[in-house]
Amino acid sequence: MTLIAFNIALISYLVASLEYFIYLVYRKQFVSTLAAITVGVGWLFHTLVIILRSQETGHGPYTTSFEVAIFFSWVMVLVYFLVNWKYKIKDLGSFVIPVAFLTLLYATFLSKEAVVFPESQFQILLTLHRTLSILGSVAFAMAFAAGLMYLIQEKQVKSKKLGIMYFRMPSLEILDNLNYKVIVVGFPLFTLGFMTGSIWNAQMNQLSLFSWDLVKTWPLVIGWFLYGLIFFGRLLVGLQGKKAAQFSIFGFITIMLTYLLHV
Amino acid sequence: MAESNLIMVGVNHKTTPVELREKLAFTKGKIEDSTEKLGSFPEVEENLIISTCNRVEIYARVKNVDQGISRLKNFICDYHEIPLDQLDNHFYSYCEEQTVEHLFRVSSSLDSMVLGESQILGQVKDAYSLAKSLRGTGIILNQLFEKAFNVAKRIREETGIAENAVSISSAAVDLARKIFDDLETHTVMLVGTGEMAELAAKHLMSYGVKTIYVASRTYERAASLAKTLNGSALDFDAFKDELYRADIVISSTAAPKFIISKDMVERAIHQRKNRPMFFIDIAVPRDIAPEVNDLENVFLYDIDDLQAVVNANMVERQREAELAAEIIRVEVDKFNGWMDSLDAVPTIIELRKRAERIRRQEMEKALKKMPHLSKEDENNIHQMSISIVNKLLHKPTVNLKDKTRSSEGQTYLKAIRDLFHLDD
Repeated sequence: MTLIAFNIALISYLVASLEYFIYLVYRKQFVSTLAAITVGVGWLFHTLVIILRSQETGHGPYTTSFEVAIFFSWVMVLVYFLVNWKYKIKDLGSFVIPVAFLTLLYATFLSKEAVVFPESQFQILLTLHRTLSILGSVAFAMAFAAGLMYLIQEKQVKSKKLGIMYFRMPSLEILDNLNYKVIVVGFPLFTLGFMTGSIWNAQMNQLSLFSWDLVKTWPLVIGWFLYGLIFFGRLLVGLQGKKAAQFSIFGFITIMLTYLLHV
Repeated sequence: MAESNLIMVGVNHKTTPVELREKLAFTKGKIEDSTEKLGSFPEVEENLIISTCNRVEIYARVKNVDQGISRLKNFICDYHEIPLDQLDNHFYSYCEEQTVEHLFRVSSSLDSMVLGESQILGQVKDAYSLAKSLRGTGIILNQLFEKAFNVAKRIREETGIAENAVSISSAAVDLARKIFDDLETHTVMLVGTGEMAELAAKHLMSYGVKTIYVASRTYERAASLAKTLNGSALDFDAFKDELYRADIVISSTAAPKFIISKDMVERAIHQRKNRPMFFIDIAVPRDIAPEVNDLENVFLYDIDDLQAVVNANMVERQREAELAAEIIRVEVDKFNGWMDSLDAVPTIIELRKRAERIRRQEMEKALKKMPHLSKEDENNIHQMSISIVNKLLHKPTVNLKDKTRSSEGQTYLKAIRDLFHLDD
């Protein structure tokens, strides 16, 4: 049952990604509507997967790589719906849904074994660490999509070659704004996730708070630094526009590396 | 049916030079006069005149296509006292579905000088309401024009034909709206008081820009333009220091050299904490050093750049026009279907009249044989006869309307007329 629901979600996201791509090129309103419906259906099954999986394993969907990937993708689609509802950016789906699809596709290659952690007094820290980190990462993924759209649009306006994307995409200001807003939400969440993770690590292994395994965590440190730069940079020195977009793209790459090395 | 021949005759910017077009124009007063005159010709059943600076067209429903077309041509010539041989080569004329297609193209602005412009629809609407108020139009032209407005609306909504700016100042506004989201909260600075700059500023104001600064070498000119734009004037020497206030800078001075340098903008952008700036240089020779565009979060467009955008947009509109033509083909077919179904109406009316006559006769006969019936019973039998007739005729009526829209329509009509002896 879990597998069937999983496959339906996966295929829905694939189809929706294609539909969004077709919409990007041919700009037929009904294709966009169709894509939104497809994503919606996929997301319902996706939700079902998470519920079933949690029942099977007896804990939330953030223990193994597989669970983290499906949870990440799920929050991503949810956030996509929320952002789209608020900002109504026509082509956001073309950038976000493929990421959700690829994450889910990646999950199919991961071990679906459930891992039961030994009960520990620090369980709550671990749960917090994982939930906050995933929520933060989703915000960063949105910032990544907004940043990518920003760079495409910026390049068109700057080079004065107004291609088909120019007409479809929202203004630079909206994209920059979206980038900033998701980071404003994501950075504190991610930082808290980071901190709870460190505390958990320190408590579990009787180590000092800063004794991290640098081999595993170097991209995390870089990424966190980059987002910190965007977060504070905007307030203090007006870091915005192209730089903010570039940083959030690099930042997301480091987050993905972190995931691959860390989880 | 002979009564529903649609024709049109006209001249437009493509077929006729302006020297001739202006002589053929119908002012409102002339239209009032002409609509009545046209209506008095026995072969013209309905008529409508469209007269704009780019076209003069008469649409009509006539009894005979060829006679109708030559009647309209002669009318235009006679009315404006121009010999027909001088105009004949400039006229174009259409009949039947070509007329429908042409009107759909005109009102959707596919036939306009600037493809996708929005004025023409309003002009056609005005022409229609004038003709309607003069009773120049009837069922067919009314339906035709109402439909044409729907088609134009549909095309505007479903294609990008009117989407991209095709004038310099509107291209500049479009760009501004792709850089900034809500123009209401942004500030415009005019450097120089050129006419184009004023136009662009007014255009930006129509999108909500509220704060405008004007700088000019002669302070009086700055002050007077600032007054018309509801902005504030700046001393020319001061504008460099105030540059950082502006989100959008429109430059149009007659200066022989660059007056806005990269350094200047770099300073401004620093003061603005990197908030984006959009420079529009419509001066020739240019006012703004082109290297300004190399700065991050700064966008510079000169007059050639804007012209290139306009050209690209024209090409895009051309592409959208093909989509629009597709929609028009579909809609013309639909309209023809409606026209064909009208052919059925006289037949249906006759059929119903015939049935009603028979019903009455038979009712009278029957009631005479049954004088003992109460008023109520009489009424019941009466009602029954009506519903028998209605129920018998309902399906054939509906089907006949449908069938007349198909290619075998005339066969069906003839069959009905023969079977029921309607032509006796």
